[in-house]
Formats: sequence, structure tokens, C-alpha cells
Amino acid sequence: MSQEQENRIDRRFAKLRAEGRKALVTYIVAGDGGLENTVPLMHQLVASGSDLIELGVPFSDPMAEGPVIQKGHERALAHKASLRKCLEMVAEFRRDDGETPVILMGYANPIEKMGAEPFVDAALEAGVDGALTVDLPAEEAGPLNELLAAHNLRNIFLLTPTTSEERIESITGLASGFVYYVSLKGVTGAGHLDLDSVRDNLARIRRHTALPLCVGFGIKDGASAKAVSAHGDGAVVGSVLVSAIGEATDAEAARQRVAALVGEMRGALDS
Amino acid sequence: MSEQAGKSGEIDFSAYPDASGHFGPYGGRFVSETLIGALDELREMYNRLKDDPEFVAAFDYDLAHYVGRPSPLYLAERLTEKAGGARIWLKREDLNHTGAHKVNNTVGQALLAKHSGKSRVIAETGAGQHGVATATVAARLGLKCAVYMGAEDVKRQSPNVYRMKLLGAEVIPVESGSKTLKDAMNEAMRDWVTNVDDTFYIIGTVAGPHPYPQLVRDFNSVIGREARRQSLEEFGQLPDALVACVGGGSNAIGLFHPFLNDSDVKMYGVEAGGEGLATGKHAAPLNDGVPGILHGNRTYLMEDDDGQIIETHSVSAGLDYPGVGPEHAWLKDIGRVEYVTADDKEALDAFRTLTRSEGIIPALESSHAVAYGLKLAATMSPEQNIVVNLSGRGDKDIFTVAAIDGIEV
Repeated sequence: MSQEQENRIDRRFAKLRAEGRKALVTYIVAGDGGLENTVPLMHQLVASGSDLIELGVPFSDPMAEGPVIQKGHERALAHKASLRKCLEMVAEFRRDDGETPVILMGYANPIEKMGAEPFVDAALEAGVDGALTVDLPAEEAGPLNELLAAHNLRNIFLLTPTTSEERIESITGLASGFVYYVSLKGVTGAGHLDLDSVRDNLARIRRHTALPLCVGFGIKDGASAKAVSAHGDGAVVGSVLVSAIGEATDAEAARQRVAALVGEMRGALDS
Repeated sequence: MSEQAGKSGEIDFSAYPDASGHFGPYGGRFVSETLIGALDELREMYNRLKDDPEFVAAFDYDLAHYVGRPSPLYLAERLTEKAGGARIWLKREDLNHTGAHKVNNTVGQALLAKHSGKSRVIAETGAGQHGVATATVAARLGLKCAVYMGAEDVKRQSPNVYRMKLLGAEVIPVESGSKTLKDAMNEAMRDWVTNVDDTFYIIGTVAGPHPYPQLVRDFNSVIGREARRQSLEEFGQLPDALVACVGGGSNAIGLFHPFLNDSDVKMYGVEAGGEGLATGKHAAPLNDGVPGILHGNRTYLMEDDDGQIIETHSVSAGLDYPGVGPEHAWLKDIGRVEYVTADDKEALDAFRTLTRSEGIIPALESSHAVAYGLKLAATMSPEQNIVVNLSGRGDKDIFTVAAIDGIEV
């Protein structure tokens, strides 16, 4: 894959690597907590120590999510959030932050509806840096992948404990930006981490790719973020943030809670 | 162009889906990487077993001795008289054990579950027919069984909920999204991905990621194979037309598939017109939807301008689904099958007409096929033959119909 042109994701990981730090990737659902509150929350994530933002694109049928993030999608849809609105939010975020990478994480149908080409054009225009489309595995990702690459946008793929050696090879061949390792069987927010399995699988993946490896699913606090990222390049945290936003009584309470959670994880990662 | 191809027999329909699970542009495997391993395993097992003589014999044995097949092909004389045209034959899937075609598939998938060595099966259900058929085969094989059912449907279909519980299944109400069949399917997928080591997912229709649309079709194709043989026995030729209702589309594809290469046999899939196509309150994605991606496959969907899946409406819970099997999407595009609608009122009228003229109470789903069959027959001549798939019996629907009539049962 051609990566002559740098993008924000590459620059961010290069910088982290040079500083010897691990990446903290944070996920929130666009529009959760109110359409007007998402961009301020994104800036708060950065201020509290997030290195990359995964902005969840709400979908009516988020098949791979556990109950916490499902509810985030439902709340966001109740606020009339959509892929179009997400792109507007990223454009607004970019007015004040030209450096922090933003990845759109969502499902294939809203992109299918908009059309892959208009989507990629609009994403580039808004200042998006990459996409993670949960239900677009390697063998179905071809056309979108080519368009993303042609626009210098990164395509982030998931790898799991059950992904075969052959698939790791073919997926890492398509992947760019970084690789998202799903640390456990199940949906987002589930279960307990098996750190030995994380270490062994990251070593297995490392043999196939030089891309940064970030670990997600089951990371709840600074300690778990630090533990998983010891074997990789970073940690992805979502459900605890979405849960905090869902429980907050207003936007200010959500902002404070998110700031505290992210700050604690940042501290643990840098300690 | 494509209509020509279908009708001139240039396509060999038995060759689909292709190796990657596609029917033309439809089908495929649009799931999270977390499910790919389990789908690979299922595909490999099914490819190994589907032509294995021992597996086929076990399936045939169960169909004969447990389900009660073959189901009759019955000439509905008084119904034919009422329509005043072609002869109407009913393929009597309503006489199967558990009362519908659904059990053909659950018997087949139960055999796969047994081969996989997994100790637990799960299923999604809307009206509860597939849930009952799954709980039934699980009881027979001594497997643990959990059935996901939208919380709204749990309320509306209490007799089937109790039936599943009697059979030893755990019924899990799904509170997410619209609390109906599509959400039950999301939740069953989530269970599967979490418990994949000991759990086999028995999908109830010809949708979902590959290989489900293929294997559910294959297990239901016994309907069409029998109907083909019975047509030759009963009237010495193939039928002129086949009619079946389409929700996800498993009974329809089961009837149609063995005839697809017979280019003279016309086929009609009947979607739920609900309160009428123009009202938007229906469940007819092939008539009024667009291609998109849901539940692991590309197919026609009911969705809004942002690509969010919208709620559907039909008097029949079994047709109340915003998607449709990907093979149907393809058969529509190439013109091999014509997809039409019957609305709630037409289905209810057909329900009453069949009940009073033949002494057969049809499921509300199947009543949609009967409604269109009556219309179609009237346009054809008395020496022609139509086979209508009577996919299920109406016992489960008497409360719904009574409520519409304002009667408390």
C-alpha cells in the first residue's frame, strides 16, 4: 500500500514512538449527550491526554457493540445524529485542532447509503484521517479501501484472538494507520482481560506488520490500559467513557467525568 | 438483459452462491472480524457434510419420521372455483411437526450442531415459530437452548413464548432498538460472538452472513423437490406458476429453488404490503426498499436517508422484517422472480376465504401468498396449475384475528 504521503495518524504515532510513549485512543459516539456537546467533548479528550479520537458514527443496528455502547448509539440517534452530522462535527473540531487524528468508527450501511466516493470526499474535506468500518471485513473492504488509500486516508482493521495466521497476513496487507487488536471474544465492554493471550497474539501479529498495534475491548482504567499497552503501542478505551456520558446529568458533568477518566489513564500510561 | 438471461436458462442457479457467498452483488459476509472464525468453521463443516451420504440420510430420516414429510400437494377445489381460473394446489407445510416450514431448517441445523460438538444452541425469533422449531429440536437432542425475542414480540406472542419454555428453552426478551425481530437477531449475534466456543447459532431465515443463506435454503429446498415430483405425479407436468410469501424468504426460496432452472415456471414472491405501499407502513423491501448492508449481508432494506434501518409494519409478525434474503434480491434484479405485495386487508380476507372454503386455517404469513394466488389464478386458464406454498398453520394467529374482529378469546 502506498503511504508516501503522511497523514495525522502516522505523524502522531511517529511522535509517540520518538518520545517513548504509548498511545491513548479514546472513543465516544457522535451526538451522544447532545449534538452541540460532541465537539467540546472531543477537545476535552485531547486536553486530558487522548492522542487519537475514534468518533463513533451512530447506527440503528450496532451488531458488534455491548449494551453500554448500544445505548450510546440509541441516545445519539434520538438527538438525530447521522454520518453527515459526524462529518460536520469533525470539520468544526478541525477549526481549533489541526493535529489530533480523528477516525470515524461505524458500520457499513450509512456509508453505503451516502455512497463510498461521496463519503471519502466529504471525510477528507472535513479533516477525517481514517475509517474503521466494523462490519466490513477484509474480503468485503476492497472498493472502500482503494478509495481511502487514493485520498490518503487510513483504513483501520480489527484483528482478534481467533484470526488465523493467513488472515493476519492478508488483513495487515490492507491495513494502514494502525491495527486494532480486539483483546477478547465478545462485544465491546465485555469480560475480563487475559494478558498472556494479549501478549502472545500481539507477538504473533508483530511478525506480519510494522504498523502500530493498539489494544481495545475490556479496558476500564489506567491499570488495564497500562497492562495491555505494555505489549503494544497503545490502548483504546470506549465503554467507560460512553457509560460516563450516559450517566451524566448534563453536559458539564459529562465533560468533568470524561476529563477525570482520561486523565487517570494518561497518567497511568506515562508512569 | 438480465431478464433474458434468467428466462432463457443461461444461468445455472444451482451454482449460486459463489465461493465467497455472493449472489451477484448481494450476500457476502459483512460482519465484524470477531465472527469470521466461527463463520469459516461453519462453512467448512457444511461443505464437508452437505453431500456426505450419511449426513443426507440422517436428514432425510428426520424429515420423514420426525417432521412427517413429504407434505401433501393438495388440490384446493373450492378455492379454485372461487378464483375462477387456474387450478390452485396447496403445498401443505402447515402439516409439518410444529406447524410450519421452519422445522425443515432447524432439523438440518440441529444435525450440524450435533456434528460441531457444541452443547448449546441459540436462535432469534419474531412471531415465535422459528423459536419453537429450535426449542423443539434442542429438546430432542438434549441441547441447551436460548431464544432471543424482541420485548414487543414477547408481549404479542405469549402462547409461543410459553411453548418454548415448556420445551425447556430460555426466552430472552430484547429491549434494545425497536424491540422486534431485527434487534433479536443483533442480540443473538452478540451472544454467538461471546460464547462461540460452546454455542451454535441456528438462524431462522435465508438472511445473515454466508453460509447461512445457502444452508437455510438447502434445508428448505425439500419443499420444492417434493412439489416438483408431486406435480408430475398429480398433473403430469410442472406447474405454470409458484406463489409464496416473503419475509426473510426461507419458505419461498425453499419452494422456488428446485424450479429455478425450469425457465417456463413463473414465480411470485409476495411481500407484506401492510397498510399499503403508499403509506410507507409495510414490510416490502423488494418493492419499496434499496440495497444496503444489514445482519451480515448486502440486500434490499427498508431504511431512511441516513442509512438507518426503519421500523416495518405487517399484520403478520413473521413478515415484519426490514431486510430480505440476498438470493431474493438477486432473483428480483435479474427478473427471474416477480415480487409483489398483498396488504393486511387482502391477507385477512384470504385467511377467511381459505378457512371457510377448504377447512384449512392458514398462518397470516401464508395468507399473503393465498391472497396473491387467488388474484393470479383468476387471470389464468382452467388447464393451468398454480402451486401456493401454505407455509404454516394459523393456530398461532387466532388471537390476532379475534382482536381485529373485536372478539375476546
